[in-house]
Amino acid sequence: MKRVFALLVMLPALTVQAQVKVAGNITDGRGKSVAGVSITLKNTYDGSTSDSLGNFSFSTSEKGKHILETSIIGFRPLEQELEIGTSDIRLNIAMKELITELKAVVISAGSFVASDKSKGAVLSALDIVTTPSANGDVTSAFKSLPGTQQVGESEGLFVRGGSATESKIYMDGNLVNNFFYSSTPGIATRGRFNPFLFKGTVFSSGGYSALYGQALSSALILETIDLPERTQADLGVSVIGIGGGIQKLSKDKKSSWGISYNYANLWLGFAINKQKQDFYQIPVYHQGDANLRFRTKSGGMIKYYGYISTNKVGFRDADIDSVVLKNAFALENLNTYQNINWRENLGSAWKMTTGVSYSTNKDDITNELQDANNQKQTITNPSFYAFKNFKLKNKAQYAQARFVLEKKLGGLNAIRFGSDYFYSEEKSTYTLYDGSQFSESVTDNMNSVFAETDVFITNNLAAKIGGRLEHSQLLAKWNIAPRVSVAYKFRDNSQASFAYGLFYQNPERKYLPSVAGLDFSRAAHYILQYQKMNNGRILRVEAFYKKYTDLYKTASSVTGREVATNNNGFGHAQGLELFFRDKKTFKDVDYWISYSYLDTKRDFLNYPQAITPSFAANHTAALVVKKFITSWKTQFNLSYNFATGRPYYHFAYDNAQGKYVIGDAGKTINYNSMSFSVNYLPGIGKKNPKAFVVWVLGINNVLGQDQVFSYNYNNAGTRKEAVTPPSKRFIFIGCFMSFGIDRTQDAINNNL
Amino acid sequence: MKKLFLMVAIASFTTAAFAQSEKYMAAMKSNINAIDTSFKNPQNLLTLANQFERIGNAEKTQWLPFYYAALCQVNYTYMEQDKSKIDGIADKATELIDKADALQPKNSEISCIKSMIASAHMMVDPMTRFMEYGMESQTFIDDAMQQDPTNPRPEYLKGQGLKYTPEQFGGGCGTAKPVLQSSLDKYGVFKPASELHPNWGRERTEMLIGECK
Repeated sequence: MKRVFALLVMLPALTVQAQVKVAGNITDGRGKSVAGVSITLKNTYDGSTSDSLGNFSFSTSEKGKHILETSIIGFRPLEQELEIGTSDIRLNIAMKELITELKAVVISAGSFVASDKSKGAVLSALDIVTTPSANGDVTSAFKSLPGTQQVGESEGLFVRGGSATESKIYMDGNLVNNFFYSSTPGIATRGRFNPFLFKGTVFSSGGYSALYGQALSSALILETIDLPERTQADLGVSVIGIGGGIQKLSKDKKSSWGISYNYANLWLGFAINKQKQDFYQIPVYHQGDANLRFRTKSGGMIKYYGYISTNKVGFRDADIDSVVLKNAFALENLNTYQNINWRENLGSAWKMTTGVSYSTNKDDITNELQDANNQKQTITNPSFYAFKNFKLKNKAQYAQARFVLEKKLGGLNAIRFGSDYFYSEEKSTYTLYDGSQFSESVTDNMNSVFAETDVFITNNLAAKIGGRLEHSQLLAKWNIAPRVSVAYKFRDNSQASFAYGLFYQNPERKYLPSVAGLDFSRAAHYILQYQKMNNGRILRVEAFYKKYTDLYKTASSVTGREVATNNNGFGHAQGLELFFRDKKTFKDVDYWISYSYLDTKRDFLNYPQAITPSFAANHTAALVVKKFITSWKTQFNLSYNFATGRPYYHFAYDNAQGKYVIGDAGKTINYNSMSFSVNYLPGIGKKNPKAFVVWVLGINNVLGQDQVFSYNYNNAGTRKEAVTPPSKRFIFIGCFMSFGIDRTQDAINNNL
Repeated sequence: MKKLFLMVAIASFTTAAFAQSEKYMAAMKSNINAIDTSFKNPQNLLTLANQFERIGNAEKTQWLPFYYAALCQVNYTYMEQDKSKIDGIADKATELIDKADALQPKNSEISCIKSMIASAHMMVDPMTRFMEYGMESQTFIDDAMQQDPTNPRPEYLKGQGLKYTPEQFGGGCGTAKPVLQSSLDKYGVFKPASELHPNWGRERTEMLIGECK
């Protein structure tokens, strides 16, 4: 009896003495040792962590069949059976690296990501509003990146030898028509939307995904924010107007709504910044928007965004064909935009994104010849002069429905496919000097299907392969566009990417309606990129070649309107681009440099031959510097944009040859512009401030450097006049307040 | 004889159970004691985190091993020089603290770790991440204070955050010191529920107050 008891007591002691040593080495399967791996005898305390050489060793008193687990972040966890007897065990374990977002190569050829979260982002969401040359305009910030042109006389992004109409803008997947306020001659307009509406932006200067189409050169993909971080009210006052809004986040943080209204009147802005043109109707804008957002049970989102705006402007300038007359241009615009987007997790790694958008646009344009007393001059004989008196009414509506399904296939591999339907109806009525009216209507139904797959072969090698099939009812044509990009990561974490794709686009509305039998215009992109990102520095070098075929050629119709006549246009663009951003070298200083070299020629529209288009400079460079001085609670931003001169032409109609020829040509002076802005945030650090205030001072073209964008010619081509910015400098002063960050939040919550 | 056998069976069962809990106590104690010295060699923090995780997985019902595993992981992120690695480790810490949270919901100590994890994410890129993770970190500290007003650690974390925030942003010793002092007062009376329960931070609080003299 006593012996039994003694045995029982001694049992644990005995097992301690009979320990077995388990040791081994861990590699990644390619012979590289893996450090920090946790090795565990399942359901026991026994185990070890591998050292820098991948070695591990531990002792155990367990016996019999056990499971040995090995795990570390970034590798597939392993379990293996282990029979523990009396002798020591030696193991060599090969683990398989998981393909994870943190480690995997990023397919980045042709694209710049602005986001706070996404890996591989080049800009943050805030960069878009703190880049001084951008003036808080969503697209303008991208003009400080390589690939874009410093075109000041009209809006839009001119990318890699492409015209502005070759760049399309998408909001939550849906194409946004009339993203910019309606064009005015010689003065670039701004984007309609508030930059704070977006949490992430992808600017593609080529080779973009098969999910998007109808842009020969570039896609700007904007993603609106989900739920706001808190309930707050905003109020802004500046030299260009006033605005305010409210965002209400529900108590359970699952839904939100918001409304805002902005009124802009440039009276004060123009008083401070003298304009070249004589504005008899100071630009006035009313703009309102509303949003509604819900988080669904399975973590999806339903978002509604609605927008309405109206604006008017009228200005006169000297008429180029006469000494005494003036040209007066007036525009009134009404624009609405509605977008509903639903993103849902369907389970089993399926995800759905669907969206519907509807927008309308109405322009009323009046152009008049006026005398020195600003009285309309009526001209009855049908000379070119007479055509300067006209009225144009445009009315358009657009609807889009889009559906995308995505399935995650393990790791980062995914397949997505879907379709989109786009309806457009554009009507115009053109009233000539003699009162005769020409009405035209163009409708199109575009149907597209697309599919794309992300293939991650290892963390170091990935490809995105996709294709898009489009049908346009207007052209009665199909097109099929393959898109491929491949990325490879080197040992030092730098990476190389390659992208290829075909891109198709319909003719611009203003060259329609047109002859039958037109086809899509087409561009092929080839892009090669090298990128290195580490601890606050980004270096990126990109070379590209772009081949245009089937570009639209135009000719004058009987009413004097230019219409598309055939697809005989062609062109090419090639270049080299550089981007370097550094947040590290200088303390609290963040700067980036971009440089683009562009060589391009094309024959399109009414060009007599293949020439470098007037929107393409050979060399473009930008420098942006930002510094926050903590003790002053102030951020200083500076940007310098440079471009070599751009060509300009006068096309004269040669009756003998029966076609246009180059009557005169030249090159503008180099473009230089330095802009500066200061953001003062006095509220930083205040205990429970009632309002958080940001003061903004911005000056464009601080040094008052002469800028010439292009030249306008008179009808005979005998005289030319420089197209210059409306004012030498533009000084902006504003004050923006948000309420409800700290205690006032409760007050706001209780009153809503 | 049958009786004897039963007795032996019961005895061996209870000793086994007793041995098990003794083993748990011993393993936890030695690992907890090792945390302080591990700060000199951050790699040891990961080794310790792995050991705590092993204990947690073996025990299944104890929240403390997962709590300490997460604590070691998040402390490691503060030492990691390569910022690109921090998010991954912080995510691992989240995975561990979520396990602790499932076993012991609404715990003040667990909220403290969650706040520390949010701060780790924020430090990867403070300028752009402050809005999201800075707020999240603050929210968890508030939760921790509410869940146990006697716990000195939420105020220690808050005071530490304030001390390292520039004065212009509402930080610095001026605002940090009263918070740290209040934390120290609580350390004076704080009694951990057992010798395994969290009982750290007092020395650092004293040190921080010392630096604010």
